[in-house]
Amino acid sequence: MSLLAVENLTVAFPGHVAVREVSFAIEPGETLALVGESGCGKSVTAFSMMRLLPPNARVVTGRILLDGADLMAASPAEMREVRGKKISLIQQEPMTSLNPVLSIGTQIGEVIRRHEKVSRRTARARCIELLDLVSIPDAHRRIDDYPHNLSGGMRQRVMIAMAVACGPKLLIADEPTTALDVTTQAQVLDLLDDLRRRLSMAVLLITHDLGVVAQWADRINVMYAGRIVEQAAIRPFFAQPMHPYSRGLLGARVDVDADEHYSASRLSEIPGSVGSAAGEAGCPFAPRCPMVETSCRVVPPSLLAFEAGRRVACPVSLQAVTLEAARHG
Amino acid sequence: MRMGRRIAATLKRTAIHALPTVLGIIVLDFLLLQLMPGDAADVIASESGVATAETMAALRQRFGLDQPVLTQLVNFLSHLAQFDLGFSPRYNMSVLDMIMTRLPGTVLLMVTALSLALVLGIVVGSVMAAWAGRWPDRALSVVVLLFYSMPGFWVGLMAIVLFSVKLGWLPSDGSMTVGASLTGWAFVADRAKHLILPALALASFFIAVYARLVRASMLEVQRQDFMRTAQAKGLHPFFIQLRHALRNALIPVTTVAGMHLGNLLGGAVVVETLFGWPGMGRLALEAVLARDFSVLLGVLLLSSLLVIIANVLIDLLHAWLDPRIGAA
Amino acid sequence: MSVQAEKLADKLADAKLADVGNRAAAPRKGRRLRAFLRNPTFVAGVIILSFFVLLALFADVLFPGDPLDMVGPPVLWPGENAEFPLGTDSLGRDVLAGLVHGARASLLVGLSAAAIGLAIGMVVGAAAGFFGGWIDTLLMRVVELFQTTPTFLLVVVIVAIGEPTMQTIALAIGIASWPTVARLVRAQFRSLREADFVMAARSLGYSNLRIIAQEILPNALPPVIVAASVMIANAILTEAGLSFLNMRDPNLVSWGGMIGAGRDLLRTAWFLTALPGVAIAAAVLSLNLVGDGLNEILNPRSEP
Repeated sequence: MSLLAVENLTVAFPGHVAVREVSFAIEPGETLALVGESGCGKSVTAFSMMRLLPPNARVVTGRILLDGADLMAASPAEMREVRGKKISLIQQEPMTSLNPVLSIGTQIGEVIRRHEKVSRRTARARCIELLDLVSIPDAHRRIDDYPHNLSGGMRQRVMIAMAVACGPKLLIADEPTTALDVTTQAQVLDLLDDLRRRLSMAVLLITHDLGVVAQWADRINVMYAGRIVEQAAIRPFFAQPMHPYSRGLLGARVDVDADEHYSASRLSEIPGSVGSAAGEAGCPFAPRCPMVETSCRVVPPSLLAFEAGRRVACPVSLQAVTLEAARHG
Repeated sequence: MRMGRRIAATLKRTAIHALPTVLGIIVLDFLLLQLMPGDAADVIASESGVATAETMAALRQRFGLDQPVLTQLVNFLSHLAQFDLGFSPRYNMSVLDMIMTRLPGTVLLMVTALSLALVLGIVVGSVMAAWAGRWPDRALSVVVLLFYSMPGFWVGLMAIVLFSVKLGWLPSDGSMTVGASLTGWAFVADRAKHLILPALALASFFIAVYARLVRASMLEVQRQDFMRTAQAKGLHPFFIQLRHALRNALIPVTTVAGMHLGNLLGGAVVVETLFGWPGMGRLALEAVLARDFSVLLGVLLLSSLLVIIANVLIDLLHAWLDPRIGAA
Repeated sequence: MSVQAEKLADKLADAKLADVGNRAAAPRKGRRLRAFLRNPTFVAGVIILSFFVLLALFADVLFPGDPLDMVGPPVLWPGENAEFPLGTDSLGRDVLAGLVHGARASLLVGLSAAAIGLAIGMVVGAAAGFFGGWIDTLLMRVVELFQTTPTFLLVVVIVAIGEPTMQTIALAIGIASWPTVARLVRAQFRSLREADFVMAARSLGYSNLRIIAQEILPNALPPVIVAASVMIANAILTEAGLSFLNMRDPNLVSWGGMIGAGRDLLRTAWFLTALPGVAIAAAVLSLNLVGDGLNEILNPRSEP
């Protein structure tokens, strides 16, 4: 059984639907990447997995199964037991995601004392251990620092320490390195990967940087305009991206093989924008797609299995690839 | 330790900042009073009914009123340096002594009113923010807007009608029961009873101000990323609001509270007069009517000093709430 | 004129044209107007306020004669005599007539005090924010001085310097209330003085006065407009306090004065105190509603 399964999730905000019929599963211990442009519904998907959506958002359909139990049906109190203990979250902006008026020791200790019956003293000792674990030097002194005393990279380490404090099974990292500079990015991601192994937890890595995905993820889910358009393991994906959007993403990168993993490969270099898809029937990517056919504009294509572990929401390109394979085979 | 250092730094900074303000206020107040028509000699003369030019001149000479303005100011400053605020010709008493008998009353009233306003404002504002857009918020918003619009002294008068005249629960005049030599708890209870209505009248407007401010500030904080972080830890919503939201929301509130202190003390003039409360505000009004400048000047000066001191306290509170302040 | 300057002049002209275009464009204007009409807070405020303005304007028509004259038996309770629906005071004066005429004094003092405060505050704030440097430091020191002095006490002192006429009272309240506006305008100017269109105007060699008055001020106005309605409201409250303390124009009826006069009969005829207070609260409430509404319309924020 998967650790966590998202089934047919649709989330709406007043005036627009942010996530449409999204389904995917995370296996224990793996790193699953969720990739897409900003505004494609990645973060909304992640927040709904912890039921932390803003008040004006509404889950229209869908289930979130954690070890087989539906979180959407959980009571608020049950949900609070899950948050921080079974699933935890690292946000994008380390400058604003820590409370500026509480010391980092207080903020880490708080999650420990929430989920484990330990004394204040024990919690403090654990905090220092955790700060050591995330390689913050002078942990016993740093514990009384406030967020403004720390650099961006250090704050993100504190966030990580907080997130792994109670040994969660799943860590959701929402663009954990976007706000950091290049060298710090690699250090933070290495740390995350190391902790994933040592604490045997799964990581849902939300990013728009394919360099990051290639190096740290086991599998990838590509999202476009609220839908998943391609699901694949990393190797086959980078060898042969199937969805025209995925191809565009990879094409937009400067050089896959060179040491450019951290290059800010922006997705917007694909012609057109997500916005142009609004209000049209059919495949949301059609207006920007180089392979578009008349049939694409009728109904949005659903995910079709291509080979084991790989699904693509594009019959046109699926057909082209199959034909190609037949010709060569 | 770190906290101690930050507080020391804050104290030093505010003290350096306050000095020129104090000087400026002394000069400003003095010049303002020079603009007043008539002086104490006029008043005394007209009251005693003997207004010969000679007696007037004698009076003026006695109080130094015949000197040039600049000389009077220099005199005043040099006396001030020795904590001498001058002499009230009308009351035949040292101004400092007069003010000192009234100062505790005003401070007590001010502190009570400010605490009342802050506590009620924070509670009401938090409740409004927690139910934002729903009926508790709407109902409280109407009440708060009413308090924001009613003159404080009128609220006091209506409270007298209700609590003193109709119900007979609370006294409406003075700061203690005259003639009753109470001790211990009875004394405290008697003072407290006398304090409730004036403090309420003085605080009513500010309760509304702070409630509105806390509501807006709390709603602003809800949008911050660290609120989601706190939720993602599995903390109880009540705890999150109390520990994570309120403390951040109070930072702008303390700033505004500091700016309102002058208004609060000004309001004491009316409220003290209304309730016969022996404070500086009433003294100031009496001094204006009696054209007793040295007293008025002293009151004005001490009120400003009081505001400055209260501001320092608020700065300290601010530094305690926000660790970013005062840090090197 | 250099090429650079010419380009900037074009940019400026474009910006202005666009601005004028916006203002002239009928649909935009219509939408703006509709935004005002759709805001219930604003509409409620305007309706109550208009009621008071009408009362003030037609006070002489509605209740001719001096409202300070004795017209009936003393201390009639409201409803006791149909001729005096809101009763009479201890000197047999018509309470309703007093309230209607009092609207005039309150609104007039409120408006003129706010105008004085706005004028001083805008000049000081604009100078401090636009020039910065030592001018800013000095002016802000003065602002601080005034904010440290207890407001009401300052008003009392200024009124005591002059005669307690309506003009003096308005002036005193204006002088005591300008620092808030000054701070507000200064903050606006500081953020706007680096804006593109100001830079453009600067490089064209426009005079400082022209830049301040024509380029920055119109853009700095929205929060000042909101502050203005609150200032009028507070001026009315201050005036009420003053006249309650008997520092008022003896020849005019004012709501605060009526409260003060009614206070002597608080135990027996509390309606004499209550009614003028209700009038003050309603007038101030209307201005606060207008202010809140304007704030929602002019500084829209996504609030739940």
